[in-house]
Amino acid sequence: MSIRVYIPRETTASSLGAEALVKAIATEAKYRNLDIEIVRNGSRGACFLEPLVEIETAQGRIGFGPVHSEDVADLFDADFLNGSEKAGKHKKALGLVEQLPWFLNQERLTFARCGIIAATSVAEYQAHGGYVGLHNALKMSTSDVAKEVLESGLRGRGGAAFPTGIKWQTVAGAAADQKYVVCNADEGDSGTFSDRMIMEGDPLSLIEGMTIAAIAVGATKGFVYLRSEYPLTQVILQEAINNARTAGFLGASVANSGKSFDIEIRMGAGAYICGEETSLLESLEGKRGQVRPKPPLPALEGLFGKPTVVNNVISLATVPVIMEKGAKHYAAYGRGRSLGTMPFQLGGNIKQGGLVEKAFGLTLRQLVEGFGGGTFTGKPVRAIQVGGPLGAYFPAELLDTVLDYEEFAKAGGMLGHGGVVVFDSSVNMARMARFSMEFCVAESCGKCTPCRIGSVRGVETIDRIVAAQDGAERARQHIILKDLCETMEAGSLCAMGGLTPMPVMSAVKHFKGDFQ
Amino acid sequence: MIETASPSRFREFSLELASEVVQVFKDQPGTLIEALHKLQATFGYVDEAAMPMLARFFNLSRAEVHGVTSFYHDFRRSKPGRYTIRICQAEACQAMGSDELTKAAKQLLGCDFHETTADGMFTLEKVYCLGNCACSPNIMVDKQTYGRVTQESFKKLAAELASNAAEAK
Repeated sequence: MSIRVYIPRETTASSLGAEALVKAIATEAKYRNLDIEIVRNGSRGACFLEPLVEIETAQGRIGFGPVHSEDVADLFDADFLNGSEKAGKHKKALGLVEQLPWFLNQERLTFARCGIIAATSVAEYQAHGGYVGLHNALKMSTSDVAKEVLESGLRGRGGAAFPTGIKWQTVAGAAADQKYVVCNADEGDSGTFSDRMIMEGDPLSLIEGMTIAAIAVGATKGFVYLRSEYPLTQVILQEAINNARTAGFLGASVANSGKSFDIEIRMGAGAYICGEETSLLESLEGKRGQVRPKPPLPALEGLFGKPTVVNNVISLATVPVIMEKGAKHYAAYGRGRSLGTMPFQLGGNIKQGGLVEKAFGLTLRQLVEGFGGGTFTGKPVRAIQVGGPLGAYFPAELLDTVLDYEEFAKAGGMLGHGGVVVFDSSVNMARMARFSMEFCVAESCGKCTPCRIGSVRGVETIDRIVAAQDGAERARQHIILKDLCETMEAGSLCAMGGLTPMPVMSAVKHFKGDFQ
Repeated sequence: MIETASPSRFREFSLELASEVVQVFKDQPGTLIEALHKLQATFGYVDEAAMPMLARFFNLSRAEVHGVTSFYHDFRRSKPGRYTIRICQAEACQAMGSDELTKAAKQLLGCDFHETTADGMFTLEKVYCLGNCACSPNIMVDKQTYGRVTQESFKKLAAELASNAAEAK
């Protein structure tokens, strides 16, 4: 029997040479006359161990990582395929992967299968609990499905944290000849990659989640709006959609229910603003991605004017486990009004970066120092940006802030999509604040004035603060910046202009010394 | 999986071929952006001469087609070099020295962002986030992302790509 060797087909692994590694391992095995089967899983999320090679043994999967092509001959010499004692002592040996503290200390619900199964295989997906949720949903009344999701406490993981169940109920209650389910996969926030990871590692969970949403609201057509920066994701997700269709889980009669639903991928074109839901809908209609004023809500007048569920990838990919194990099971995780788990993404200057799924309620310190192991460079942590380019900068003194929606808002920040970007002591925060404004200049859709023009004035004002010759002039410019930020916050149509002041003003508040 | 595109991937622009490749979007609502992607994948850019054709095809005004094309960063209006290199400028990569990497890349290639090297080999672009933020700094060459890029590895990669292209000739 051939030995199963797992090597991720996934962007992080691929960016570090996984494709060359697959070739090298296959060639070496053939040369040595060894019978192996290479399985292409997703990443388990320990990016610092990628490319992570796993061998299936009677005891479980043993890992080696990060493995590069030049390690291959050496690993074969150590008989790594048979988990020999010598292999266990190899410098790349990690032992039983599931016993690594990095994984043991996580609470994986949404990402339970990610990195474990062959990513696009319907059979493996079902062997690990996949499509149980859909079968349960099909046995319930459609209003009970939305109610179950509401009771799970699931809130929009894209960043706005709006209760997913309420959105579904609104769409379900609207009368129309056509409704849509739109998945927002325009994951543009710097420091976030959980959408990509689940779409590459367990795409069927997204497909199942969209299907359940469609059944709950009465939609027959779904779109995934995927950013063009993720070409490999597109290939894998399309493969999974095709496999689901072949297996009868998409198409004219989903799982023989008589209900029809199908999914199409549409690629974005490099506009950050298209992650905003109304701008995304404009783009899906083939137009400039300009923000629409609300109301009307997309739930009532969305894509092509029809009632539309617009949910983030993680929100939708979490629905199957809720429908499989029940709302109560999911809501037992987390605290207060932040229920369930959150896939946090650790990036930037971090020693052990990657995806950490954990119930709400841990502290930023546990994430950055515990899982992350501090900075990559070994210098002290100076600033942490949480929640993407529109999220606040926290100084190291606030590392004990608890990660839940409400606690973070109280501390002047937002969790957003769960991205955590770490900076070491070499960072200049005036430059980061300037960058936030610069980014808004580059990515503003131009529809409303506070965002379009405010961001340009913001860059100029920060430049004047830094260049100020005396304290009085600097203080004057600080007043202008504060005033400008208040205008942007209150007067912008969407979160782009409305939240750009958050990183800027948090940098001013916590790192004022850098602005001299 | 995704190999760096072969040097001969782009076709010479012709209106006939342009009209032909967008036919798949006939009667499909909202597919102008898909059509622009298709044109760019075929020719490497969206030629000005395709605009009136697209307007007629989608029953839009030329101004609308121009508005969409110019809104999105992805769509080029002139032919790119053999390889397009994008360097991530977002926060996570900045935290790992993307500024220095960018400076070194510009110096090595002798061109700025949105420019093509004199020999037509590389076009340099910026990008905000490639979704590989735990392994920063990142760059993307055509459709392949490279993580933990250093100034040295960038130099080596550029030389490799150039020699691959020379071999393909």
